[in-house]
Amino acid sequence: MSEKKLSIEEMYEARPKSLLIRILVFVIILALVIWSKAGINFSGVAAKGSDIAWGTIYGITHPDSTLLFDMSHDGVLYLTLQTIAIAVLGTIIGGILSIPVSFLASTNIVPKWLAVIFRALILLVRTIPSLVWALVWIRVTGPGPFCGVVTQSICSIGMISKMYITAIEDLDTGILESLDASGCTTFQKIRCGILPQLMAGFISTVIYRFDINLKDSATLGLIGAGGIGASLVIAISGRRWNMVGSYLLALIVVVLIIEYFSTRIRAKLARGEK
Amino acid sequence: MSENSVQVQKPALFDRIFHPEHIALANGHAVDRPRSRMPLILICLAIVIWVSLQVTEFDFSLIIKRGRELGVILGQIFQPKFSYFPKVISPLIDTIRMSLLGTILGCLIALPLAIFASSNINRNKPTLLIIRFILAIIRSVPTLIIANICALMFSLGTFAGFVAITMFTIGVVAKMLYESIETIDMKPFEALTSFGATSLQAFWSACMPQILPTYLSHCLYCFEMNVRAASILGYVGAGGLGILISERVGWRDYSGLGIVLLSLFVLVVTIDFFSDWLRSKLS
Repeated sequence: MSEKKLSIEEMYEARPKSLLIRILVFVIILALVIWSKAGINFSGVAAKGSDIAWGTIYGITHPDSTLLFDMSHDGVLYLTLQTIAIAVLGTIIGGILSIPVSFLASTNIVPKWLAVIFRALILLVRTIPSLVWALVWIRVTGPGPFCGVVTQSICSIGMISKMYITAIEDLDTGILESLDASGCTTFQKIRCGILPQLMAGFISTVIYRFDINLKDSATLGLIGAGGIGASLVIAISGRRWNMVGSYLLALIVVVLIIEYFSTRIRAKLARGEK
Repeated sequence: MSENSVQVQKPALFDRIFHPEHIALANGHAVDRPRSRMPLILICLAIVIWVSLQVTEFDFSLIIKRGRELGVILGQIFQPKFSYFPKVISPLIDTIRMSLLGTILGCLIALPLAIFASSNINRNKPTLLIIRFILAIIRSVPTLIIANICALMFSLGTFAGFVAITMFTIGVVAKMLYESIETIDMKPFEALTSFGATSLQAFWSACMPQILPTYLSHCLYCFEMNVRAASILGYVGAGGLGILISERVGWRDYSGLGIVLLSLFVLVVTIDFFSDWLRSKLS
């Protein structure tokens, strides 16, 4: 195009025309919407549906303050602490367990067939929802926060390993060769050649996963795996909107605070600061 | 180079408490080597872990003692009962429908919200902050809790799941989208407005082409997540595979659970593969 000078009109005529593709995409999406709409049976708002909507909003704006500052084991503060604790332990254990798994699944470390097997395992762990893992583990550990910890340790492996593998496969092996040339021992090579390359990526992955696990551990309470979820659901089904409000409020505040700090720390790590 | 000219900024609080190590080099220069922060970080981490261990009643011996139980359950899950599959099909399709419709509607609502939440297009600070705050709140409530409230509001069934998925999609897609909108090149937009285009026209022709590919790939990514999320929403009565999951677990029919999980696995892998292919076409 650059050889022949085109006037503006000619350029305008030569603009990419994708009308046919657009119509095709539109028709496909429309067909999908109609197909899926057929399966969504809207049976009208339940008898007291609007009450529930207002109740939730009313609850969040009028939280139960005695519950909010209750220091006992049923209070919001303790349950929030428990939710955070489950996420902390689950993330740390998951992060540690992921290290060997992801090394064994990286094609530049182990033979291809072994890597494929471990990748399939990681995919399997990732696909099974955490709630199902918790339902299985609860038969082993019994109900309680410990079940949440174990569940999250296993579930985290899926996503954390996937991100670790990307970091490991990006390793610059030239550094190892030059360390070798200067006569470093294996330990020194790992300490000065591998760890600094992987550390930032690993830590930022773990912090990101901590964000996700925090929300997840609130969900796991639903089936009795500790944390704030159980009391929240009981309060919802009992329609105690003030209590619902105080639980939700605590959850929202904690999630927002942790999201803020995790984003900042990860941005710092990405820029290479300490 | 004297020592004073190097120190321009005030040292961090940490360095004022633990003074940096002073090293005199052989050539007469002196350098400051800040003390490692590692011990402090490790101590904090140790305290956090110790508190967490107390609060969560961590008891590793339980796993060793009852670990066999897990083997039994997993063994049954990995022997899926294929005769149960016909009953899985309908909830499986419900799950796809819920997540598909929820993703499409959520993405459509997220687009204008994201545009009004990006600081380079919306110059009005209060509306920007309000929209971002609402998005943050939507994101911070777990999907299952939203589904639980929706199931009470709209009676049990797929509609509640659809609403929960839509809310979740709005929160996630709008956030990812406004972050990418803030990185686009605004020069074409300014050029068009200087020609006399209204800001809507200019946005449509100058910014939309830049946003569209990222927007579509965010939507596909969100669809992947939604299928996974939708599969458990049934647990609180919002339709889909979750109903079967809670039923099978309740009856301790783990080989039945196996076939439910297997079909979910196949579905998720297929969708991941398909959306990877579409995304590679997009870029």
